[in-house]
Amino acid sequence: MSDSTPSPTPPPPSVTEAERDELRRQGILLTSLQELYTWGNSHSVWPLNFGLACCAIEMIAASMAKFDIARFGSEVFRPSPRQADLLIVSGTVTKKMAPQVIRLWNQMPEPKYCIAMGACAISGGPFKQGYNVLKGIDRFIPVDIYIPGCPPRPEALLHGLVQLQKKIQGFKISGPDAPRHLRADQPCNCPVPEFGEHDLEPPANPEVWTAPPAIVRKD
Amino acid sequence: METPDQIRDRLLARFPGAEITVITNPGTAAQHSLLLGAAQARAIAEFLRDDPVLKLDQCSNVTGIDWPEKEIVETTKVSTPDPLNPAGPPKITEQKTKRLQLGYLEVVYHLYSVALRHGPVILRLRTGNRTDQASVPSLTPVWRSCEFQEREVFDLFGVTFDGHPDLRRILMWDEFKDHPMRRDYVEPDDYEWEPTPHGTVLEKAKAHYPAPPAANAQGPRPNV
Repeated sequence: MSDSTPSPTPPPPSVTEAERDELRRQGILLTSLQELYTWGNSHSVWPLNFGLACCAIEMIAASMAKFDIARFGSEVFRPSPRQADLLIVSGTVTKKMAPQVIRLWNQMPEPKYCIAMGACAISGGPFKQGYNVLKGIDRFIPVDIYIPGCPPRPEALLHGLVQLQKKIQGFKISGPDAPRHLRADQPCNCPVPEFGEHDLEPPANPEVWTAPPAIVRKD
Repeated sequence: METPDQIRDRLLARFPGAEITVITNPGTAAQHSLLLGAAQARAIAEFLRDDPVLKLDQCSNVTGIDWPEKEIVETTKVSTPDPLNPAGPPKITEQKTKRLQLGYLEVVYHLYSVALRHGPVILRLRTGNRTDQASVPSLTPVWRSCEFQEREVFDLFGVTFDGHPDLRRILMWDEFKDHPMRRDYVEPDDYEWEPTPHGTVLEKAKAHYPAPPAANAQGPRPNV
């Protein structure tokens, strides 16, 4: 039914996929609670009505007739973060807007996912050296899927959504590998930065982001 | 439409004693501008808006320029009698005098006429200096479209507009302290490693890696 992420020693399946398909054709569905849970979770991911800049136009195009994100389960874009599962950060995140994005993320109930769409949301993009540009939203909130592009085509966004669905289908619903929303020890809120005199304070969230390692070239 | 010189002559006839200078633009677009003094700027703007020949009812763009201080070298030819041959032709020497022109901030307005379909007429207002005399009269009471654009010039250059109804930052947050478009703005040091830096980013990269050994005892330079 779905391809889960490979674990070190998978237990031998008591029923093979071929037998499962045969049973399903006869009208008998064999599944597990984990498969059912992740199937339901992944196939009805409702995004938040949230677009910042040019990538939002491509996101809107993906929600319209020709590309139609609704056939992947994102039937409605919710206007309220309290009712949304997915935050598609589409567009340049300015430092002035960043605390608001993080507040919206905090207001979303678990399970919640974040897609960084476009170069600006991933790393600051073409405007990275700008005085008001946050160098990627993953400095403050945990991002699940990165979609590169400037802007990425609607098909790329749909591909990113499908990757997110595959990631959700690989979740374990118990144990230490369980996702954030099923573990009591993991916080679901991120601290909101303050407006400092020259930059946001703190400029990044150390629990979520570490600086990329410097690779020293020989020159 | 009238040339900037004709506009200046009519303005001087209407406002005698006003400071109006035509600044020529050497580019191919030949968009010459009128530099106005602060004292009569508002009255001149209202005249330009209401004058039946010009009727400049739209201010389409307000922008700022940061002119840093400039050292002007003037060369004068001085002729002194030749000490070796007093009766003969004098020796001509060149004397160079250096003059420091203080930096200032400038606000440029582009005015068009929608009624008469002509334009642009370009106005410039200059501040005294870049520190304590950085204010010009606001032209928002004359053209409403200046309101947000003058806020932007205030935010990014630090020019105060006297008479603006709501002067506060518009792009940066209110607690921000710098003026980012000034030439002496220093960004917060937030360099992230990039595989192929070039240009100004390469300069920042050279300053950051490899980490200077003596400067940082904790190991590789933290980037946060």
